[in-house]
Formats: sequence, structure tokens, C-alpha cells
Amino acid sequence: MIAFTDVSVEKNGVAILGGITVHLKERRVGIIGRNGSGKSTFARLFNGIEKPTSGRVALDAPHEREALRRHVGFVFQNPDNQIVYPIVSEDLAFGLKNLKLSARETQARIEAVLERFDLTHLRDRFTHQLSGGEKQMIALAGVLVMRPRMIVLDEPTTLLDLWNKRKFMTAIDALDEHVVLVSHDLDLLADFDRVLHIEDGTIVADGDPATVVAGYVASARC
Amino acid sequence: MDTRDVVFIALFAAIVAALAVFPPITLPVVGVPVTAQSLGVMLAGGVLGAARGGLALVLFLALVALGLPLLAGGRGGFGVFLGPSGGFLVGWIVAAFAIGFLTELFWNRLNYVVALAICVAGGVVLLYAIGVPWIAAVAKIPVGTALTGSLPFIPGDIVKALVAAGVIVTVKRSYPIITPRSRTQKQT
Amino acid sequence: MLTDLYVFADSPVHRARPVVKIAALVVLCTSLFVFEGWIAVTVAGVLVFAGFALAGLGPRHAIVSLRPALWILAAIFAVQLYMTDVVFAGFIVARFVVLILAAALVTLTTRTSEFVDGILSALRFAPSWVPKAQIALAVSLFLRFVPLVRTALDDVREAQRARGLDRNLKAILVPLVVRILKTADEVSQAIYARSFD
Repeated sequence: MIAFTDVSVEKNGVAILGGITVHLKERRVGIIGRNGSGKSTFARLFNGIEKPTSGRVALDAPHEREALRRHVGFVFQNPDNQIVYPIVSEDLAFGLKNLKLSARETQARIEAVLERFDLTHLRDRFTHQLSGGEKQMIALAGVLVMRPRMIVLDEPTTLLDLWNKRKFMTAIDALDEHVVLVSHDLDLLADFDRVLHIEDGTIVADGDPATVVAGYVASARC
Repeated sequence: MDTRDVVFIALFAAIVAALAVFPPITLPVVGVPVTAQSLGVMLAGGVLGAARGGLALVLFLALVALGLPLLAGGRGGFGVFLGPSGGFLVGWIVAAFAIGFLTELFWNRLNYVVALAICVAGGVVLLYAIGVPWIAAVAKIPVGTALTGSLPFIPGDIVKALVAAGVIVTVKRSYPIITPRSRTQKQT
Repeated sequence: MLTDLYVFADSPVHRARPVVKIAALVVLCTSLFVFEGWIAVTVAGVLVFAGFALAGLGPRHAIVSLRPALWILAAIFAVQLYMTDVVFAGFIVARFVVLILAAALVTLTTRTSEFVDGILSALRFAPSWVPKAQIALAVSLFLRFVPLVRTALDDVREAQRARGLDRNLKAILVPLVVRILKTADEVSQAIYARSFD
């Protein structure tokens, strides 16, 4: 699905990520690591928000120039920083407008995504009046409405309560799209196909969730 | 002007708008209410720099001119620009730009005293140089009288400059946004 | 959405298109200075009064709109009275009152969303050198973030109150500004991620 070839990222002369090479084909990939390990920067490479200082990030079928950004969606930790428009339907339309879709297609996709997540009642609401859980669902819908092949989520459940977290993860589990989830919530990754553990800007462990999570937990004992 | 600049401009315009509801401090002696909005003007220039700071105020005032009730007390509409404080409103754009320009110019030597001098020069001296003749013109009074009438507001604006300078210097250390003017000139 | 100033009612003034109201306001305000004199002020005053009556707005709304300018208007009246005479002083102040009330009439009878729709539809007729997409984005972001900045302002004040610093403007503004700058950086990433150029 997506391949990283010797990818390094430097910011203001400081190395954030160094020489990452990995090929991810699995449908559910988890990323763990402590604060400041470089995992957020790594996640932002998937759809080109961050650009590698050296090396290459590419989808398996990179025929389009804008392939990464077009085919990989990104959900942030704080939906307040992701929702751009004052009204829900306007915000869902934002990404589609950028894809230059027709008004009819835009409308149809918005209705479809709202229905898919049972959010139709929020269509005309002010985004700033939504609850935290509703905001994160709208942020997710705003990404999925663009029909990406892969979706990257950077700690999307941190600000949610237990109920909203369950609801959000149920929605994630039901997705056909490939999912990459950065999380400090290790329970969420139990059913995942593969987990990467990032530390000091490199992948220090890579494998099935049970093994990698166990190693991560052990490394946190001091 | 990339997307990041547009976001900075919109968010600082939103800060200026939000400061309208900040409880005004009433100066004890003269009883003039001082709102925090012109503090937002100094911050826009001192934090974002000349172009983005000035444009943040252009955006804000364009929306005010169209009628959005964004000024302290819920005022808005084209009429306020022809009113007594119209010159100060237009002056906000110039002040934000000037403060931004000077901040960029003195970026590498910016400390509290320099920032304070910049805020006073742009946010008080320059602002009154535009606002006072404007009052004189629309109210048909001599400039000297208009200046005397504006004097009670100056202590409040000095207080705002004192606060703004502190904020600008602290934000420079923790989250700098400005590219210094001297360095960019060397590069080009 | 921004403030609770909008006065709910169904009147010809409320229903008029925002573009028409804004244009009328600009024309009226400008004429007050072009055709200087009591006649213009009286005509404009009657029009504004009729507008208030038509929109169902009462003296209470007029007083609220005038209150912020009261101090300055009183000062100007005093100066003019001293320099000229009561007629001219009255004229200058009456003109300001009409200006302020005319602007208030538009503000009180138009929803924020109507203003914005008006701006965005007007942008469509702008010449090609105008960065329309960026202006539309800036206006939308502004409306989206005014409530967010207010919430952030309240949060920071509460946090500083716990430390006894809620009267310290710098202690409130530094965290607010840094938080807004960080937000801005992430918002621009999110906008990029959603294919905006």
C-alpha cells in the first residue's frame, strides 16, 4: 500500500526521523511511542503534510503527482483544529470543493457520509456548538467524504470520553479503507494487523500487536 | 501568501474580535473605558509582522464596514468609519503594519524596551496622528482641541503598549513567527 | 453566532437583501457629508427613524447603539458650543447620531450568515487578480474561530484565576496567543491535508 524508503526528516538542523525504511500492506497498522519520539512527524509523512528531508514516500500505484495527499486522509487529535467552516455541511463540502467536484456530486457524497455514520441530524448545525464526540465524528466524516484509500489518525481518541471513544473506534473498525492509528491507548491496537514502535526517530520494534505492545510496556518500566 | 499566512490572518482578526468582549478596564481618574481591542492591533503587528498583521486588521475592518457588530459594544457598519473614532479604526491597519515593520527590522535586537518603544511609536503616536485630525475633520473642531479631548485616552493606550510589549517579547521566545527583515534582505 | 445583537423579527427591513442594505448605508452616510446641512441630516434622520419603526425596533435599541459613543459626542457638543453656537453644535452631533443609528439599523436586522453569503456571492464578480479562494477561506476561518478564541480566552482566564493572575493581562494574553499560533499551524496542516491550494 505505502512504502517508505530511507526517509529522514530534519527540522531547524535537528534530526526528527532517521533512515526509516518500511513497507506497509496491512489494513490496520498501529503506531506507538513516547512523547517526542517522532511518531507524529512520521504520521504526517503519510499524506505529505511533512515532506522528507531525504528519502521517498510513495503509494504502491503512484501515477498521480498529488497521489499521497489525494489518497491518504488525515484526522488530527483535536477536531477544533481540523474543522474549517462554521456549519457542518459547509465543512464537509470544503474538501470536495478542493477536489473540484460538481455541486450535485458534492451534495450526494455529503448525504452519504452523514448517513453512513448516522450524523444526518447534525447537517445544519454550527460546528462550534457540537460536543467533543460529535466534532471528532464530523472531522472523520470530512476526511472520508473525500474517499481516500488510506486514513491516518493521530491520537484521535485522546480528547474523547469512554463512550465517545467506543463509538469512534466502532466507526473506525467498520471502515474498508486502510487505517493507520497513532495512539497512546494500547487497548485499541489489540486487533490490529501490525504495530510499529517508534523511538528516537527510528522504528525499534515492528510486528504483531501482542509482541510489540509488550515490549513497549516493558521499556516504560523504570 | 500561502495557506498558513491566510490562517494566521484570520485567527488574529478573530483575536481582535474576541477582545471586544474582554471586560473593559475603567481608568480611575478620568473614567474613560479602555477596551482591549487596540491591544490586539499591537499584537497583530508585533507577533505576525507587517504584511500579515496589517492584513489581519484589513480583514477585521472590512467585516466591520460591511456591518458585522465586531467592535466593542457591538458596533459595526460603514457609518462608524465616518464617526468620531473612524480615524482610529483606519489607523489600526497602519499601526499594525508599522509595528510589524519595526518589529521585523529590530527582530534580532528585540527586548522589552525596544518592543515597548515600537508599540508606543506605532500604537500610540502614529495612531493618534491619524485619529486626531480625523476627529477634527468630521467634528469640525481645531486639531489642537481634538488632541486635548483625546488626552484622557492616552494613559490607557500606554498601559496597552506596556502589556503588548511584554507579550510580544515572550511570544518571540516561545513561538516565533516573524522572519527578520534584515536577514531576508541579505538572502535576496 | 457572533453576538446576540440580531433582533429577531420578520419585517421588510429584515427581508431586504444584505447587499441592498449595505449599499443604502454607504450612500446615506456619504450623502450626509456631501450634502452638508440640516436638510440632509433631517431627511436621513427621518429615513432612519422610518427604518427603525418598520423593523419594529424601539428606543431601547437606539440607546444601546448610541451608548458607546456618548462620552465623545458630549465632548464634541461641548467644544462646538464653546466655539460656535448651539445650532451648529447640535448639527454636528445630530449627524453623528444619524450615522450611528443607520449603521445599527443594518447590523440589528441582518444575520451574520447573510452578511457572509453576501460577501461570498459578491466575490464571484470580483476581477481575476483578486485571490477569491483565499479571501473566502479567511472569512470562513474568521467566523469559525471567533467562538473558539473566546472559549480559549475563558479557559486561560480560569487557569490564571486559579493562580491569582486573572487581572494580569500579560499572564492571560501570552498563553492565548501561543495557543492560537499553535492552532493556526495545525489548522493550516489540516487545510493542506484536505487538498486546498
